[in-house]
Amino acid sequence: MNDKVGIVIVSHSPDVAKGAADMVRQMVGNEVPLAFTGGDPGGGLGTSVETILAAIDRAWSEKGVAILVDLGGAETNSEMAIEMLPEDRQGRVVVCNAPIVEGAVMAATEAWGGATLDEVRRTAEELSPA
Amino acid sequence: MTDGAPVNGSVLLTHEVGLHARPSVKLTKLAKGFSSKIELAAAEGGPWIDAKSIVKVMAAKAPKHTVLHFRAEGPDAEEAVAALIDLVASDFPEQPSESVAR
Repeated sequence: MNDKVGIVIVSHSPDVAKGAADMVRQMVGNEVPLAFTGGDPGGGLGTSVETILAAIDRAWSEKGVAILVDLGGAETNSEMAIEMLPEDRQGRVVVCNAPIVEGAVMAATEAWGGATLDEVRRTAEELSPA
Repeated sequence: MTDGAPVNGSVLLTHEVGLHARPSVKLTKLAKGFSSKIELAAAEGGPWIDAKSIVKVMAAKAPKHTVLHFRAEGPDAEEAVAALIDLVASDFPEQPSESVAR
């Protein structure tokens, strides 16, 4: 166990985050550690550093965690969350520059095969227009 | 450990939607289970793409009725080509570990 990179999905909308996670589970399966978070604590659209940290924890793998985000705040809050991680984990969490749904499915497929964190990130980012 | 000779095989893609998202993921996952180098092409002369690359397999967008060509090289090349052909020929069956809504 924990031999696969974990995937975290961070969206402004809890529905988008859950929907993207559903697609990963259905298409790739349950073997890859996966967590999602979305919405601000007040119930509106947004992201929160605290819930991102918790999601990283749920999807934690010794091989690292790849985060997929949607818009601006999701990215900056994810980066903030990474900075707040214990030092020994900081280097093993990355934010992927990729579309959230497609990136999550691609990253999870790559993670499923036992790829390294860097390979997982590169696979997700291969999708982005050149 | 390796016996060198590449193994080839081809199969008609009958899946209704072609090699789209879900079939691509299944094919890539299966390919990743083998240690051989495995390539895939939608035409006999190529271009050949890495069957273990989900991005490349999905980008190939092979439609229904495409003849998919596989070639593999390595210690389990024969098993790999046989398994991939079987997956396509059996129309990408749902694996029991996957939950299917709807």
